[in-house]
Order: sequence, then C-alpha cells, then structure tokens
Amino acid sequence: MHPAVSVIFFTVTSGAGFGLIALIGLGWPMHDGPLSAFLACALAGGLAVAGLLASTFHLGHPERAWRAFSQWRSSWLSREGVLAVATLALFAAYALYWMLTGQRAMPLGVAVAVLALLTVISTGMIYASLKTVRQWHSVLTPLSYLGFALASAMPLAAAIGTDRSVRTIVLAAGVLAVAWLIKLAWWRRARASEFMPGSDTGTATGLGGIGKARLLERPHTGENYLTKEMVHRIGRKHARVLRLIAGGAGFVAASAFLALALVALPGIFLSLAFASLIAGLLAERWLFFAEARHSVSLYY
Amino acid sequence: MTSLPRHTEKKLGLVIDLDTCVGCHACVVACKEWNTGGYGAPLADADAYGSHPMGAWLNRVHTFEVTPPDAPAQIVHFPKSCLHCDNAPCVTVCPTGASYKRSEDGIVLVDESMCIGCGLCAWACPYGAREMDPVANVMKKCTLCVDRIYNENIPEVDRVPSCVRTCPANARHYGDLADPQSAVSMLVAERGGMDLMPEMGTRPVNKYLPPRPKMKAASEALPEAVPGFLGWLDRALERLG
Repeated sequence: MHPAVSVIFFTVTSGAGFGLIALIGLGWPMHDGPLSAFLACALAGGLAVAGLLASTFHLGHPERAWRAFSQWRSSWLSREGVLAVATLALFAAYALYWMLTGQRAMPLGVAVAVLALLTVISTGMIYASLKTVRQWHSVLTPLSYLGFALASAMPLAAAIGTDRSVRTIVLAAGVLAVAWLIKLAWWRRARASEFMPGSDTGTATGLGGIGKARLLERPHTGENYLTKEMVHRIGRKHARVLRLIAGGAGFVAASAFLALALVALPGIFLSLAFASLIAGLLAERWLFFAEARHSVSLYY
Repeated sequence: MTSLPRHTEKKLGLVIDLDTCVGCHACVVACKEWNTGGYGAPLADADAYGSHPMGAWLNRVHTFEVTPPDAPAQIVHFPKSCLHCDNAPCVTVCPTGASYKRSEDGIVLVDESMCIGCGLCAWACPYGAREMDPVANVMKKCTLCVDRIYNENIPEVDRVPSCVRTCPANARHYGDLADPQSAVSMLVAERGGMDLMPEMGTRPVNKYLPPRPKMKAASEALPEAVPGFLGWLDRALERLG
C-alpha cells in the first residue's frame, strides 16, 4: 500500500494525543494551577487535533469531511470520527472544569479516557476490518495501535506531570515493552501470510482450476490509481533499514532514555524517550503501509 | 446509507465469457467513452498526451496465461470491472453514505456529491474495481450504465451497458442473475459460471464463464520408423553422428 505521509503522521500523532487524553482523564498527577491544567490539556488535545487535521489532507474533498460522521452503523472510519469528536468535546468540558475549579472530575475523566481509548482502537479497526490486506486483518492491529498510543503517552505524561517516581518510569518502560511485543507478534504473523489463505492468481481469475495462471500482460503500459495506491513497491525496498530504525529509536533508544530518567534530569530524558519513540513509530507506521500487500496485486 | 440491503429484487449484472473474449479492449474504450459523457463527473485523465498519462477507467482487460498440467499453455483475456457484489465491502466502509447498493436492482453506485475522496472503498474492494478520478477527486466505479439501461430516450437495443453493446465477440452478457430463467442465469448454469476470489466472501453478482477445454497437444515424440526418402535421410544422418 502507498504510505501517505498525512496518514502516517495522523495515526502516530493522534495515537499519542488520545493516549495522553486518556491518562489525564484517569487522573495522572499534574502541576497545580489553571495555567498548567490548560497547558497539559492543550498539549494532549493539540496532538490529537493535529493528527485528525493531517488525516483530512489526503482527502479528495476535505470540505465535505463532516459527512464522515454519518455512517457509524457500518463504517469504522465513521466511528473513529464520531468517537474522536465525542472524546474531544468531553475532554474540553473536563479541562474547563479543571481550570475553573482546580478539581479533576473523576467520573467525567474516566468517560473521557474510555472514549479516547475506543478512538484509538477504532483507528486500528479501520485497517483491521479490511479483508483485502491480510497483514492488517487481525485483532493484533487495533491492539498494537492501542499499545503504542499508551506507550508514547506515558513518557510524555511523566515529562509534563509531577509523578516521576521509579514505579511510574518502570511502568512506562513495561508498557513500551508490551507494545513492542504486540508489534513483534504482528510482524511475525504478517510475514507468515501475505494474502488471504487460499487467495492466489488462480482464485483471482478463476483460472486456477485449469492449471497454473500467471499474468502475461497488464491492461495498460502506464501506472493507474490502483498500481500507485495499492500495488506500491518502492516503500518496501528499505524495509530492513526502516525496521532497524523503528526498533532502534522506538525501543532501544526510548528504553535507554527511560533508564537515564531514573538517574538524572528526568524531565529531559522523559521528553527524549517520547521523541525517539515517535521517530521510531513514524518508521514503524511507514512499514505498516508500505509492506501491506493488497489482494488487487494478484491482478498486476 | 451504507448498510447493505438484506435482499435485492433483481441482481442486474454481467456474465463475461473468458472463452470468447479476444482481448480487443473495445469494451474498455466504449466504457470510457460513455462514462465520460454520462453519469456523474467526466471520467478524467491526467497528463493524457504527456509522458506519464494516467486516468480513471472502470473496465480494464488483463491478459493471463494458464498452463494445464497435461496441455500447452493458453492465453486468457480477462476483462475486469465492478462485480456489484451482494456483500459489497466497499459500501459498508464508506464513512459518508456516498457508496450504496440499490435494493431494487442491486447496482452499486457512488453519489459523487457526497464522496470525500478518502479512498477507503477502493482499499476494501479485493478486485480493484474502484478508481479515484484524478480531476474531480471523487471515487469512480462501474455504474452498470445505469443511465443507459433505463433510458427511454435511446433505442431499446442500446439499453444495455456500453461494454456489452460494443463487444464484437459477444463475450459480454447483461441480465438479471436473480431470475433463474434469464438468459444470463441459464448461461451461468450451462457453462459453470464462477465467482472471482470467493474466499473473500463478497458474493459477486457478475460471473465469469471459464475457457472451454482445449484440444490436447500432439505428442512431441517422433515416430519410431519413418518410411521413404525421409526415413532414409534420417538413418543416413544418424550414421554420420
């Protein structure tokens, strides 16, 4: 699949944003005072909104994006839009109440957290619901989105909040490890099954019953929307290097920075852990798209 | 509404005969011609006369080679367009309601004024039946020439999809696949019409008729003893090594 930069940025950034919204909603300890409440909420909401705005850049008609809230009964993309807006609206109310009264409204916060995590899951479900891309069509897809959303939000929450205890930083490292374990399982499964079991050029053309079928000639000499969007191959060329970057920055470096945060300068090292994880996730997300094989490739 | 109808009164669709298709691409061109002037935005091209032309087409002919275990390879021209699936995954993923399947005749259509051009429906289609229009930035797909088949302003003989009307080999047939007595249903029953990628669970309405079995190849081994002059020559050359 074609790795669209806007969608990569959207899934990584809004994942971190909604993860942070969830942690704040669950009462992550933050500095006192309306200004720090505002800054924490603005950062979380800003990341989520920046991601959502980026996602509209790949639309052919962004001015009609509001229509995407209508089909939540059948479409995960629509559900994601509805959940995102509902989360942000409730989170705004939560933030306002916090700034005005200095109190964290716990029931509202829990509702915000649940909605935020459901938003992240529905982002993953947009991809997991597609049977056409076997690598995505797994419960591991929304799980890995959820894992990385929380893993990226935790060092950020610790960096801007007041709780930098050993317990919290170790917990952040644990969540990071679990998120990468889910991703490793995802990669393992993706390697094992390229297309739907049983799908090949024979079933795609119905000629498999006669004998071995292979493409002799494409329908046209140039590219088309399908070959550019779904039979994309260039992105896979550097898969090994990108996987090293993803794991190196997203796990090895991020874990090292978390360990350093235990020793000295926690604010700086927690921020560095967040930054290197995001850099690693951008590479991971590129591969998520670039390595995915769509069943239409069987015709090309 | 992007939920699928539980039942469609008719299942209008195509039956494509892979045995008789000669791969002339006339259906491809006729489709492009009709759909550039018919339903919805013109079916546009980008850089049409440049070095990298790219455009939206609703019907394309691929060419495959199939090799039976006991016969020589044969070429199969393979026209591919929307199969108007009963369980159309492209419809249910649409976030706006632009994609829909009609309950009266089963045709899958896009309301272009509601399409946001997100491309998710094209991702959901296993067959590559949907293409983004490079100029209008909305999703295009086969309409089964909905603006021909019910059009009382054109002669009755023309009230079939443009690809069917134009096919010089009569490899494309149009009709109601829900009616077991229709010509297309009988053709499917008689010739063993098949679904593409049935494992995807899309339940396509369009069917493909498989190529008829070809004659076995003549044995390549030479006869043992050849009489006459050729036999003498064969033996003489054999002796020379």
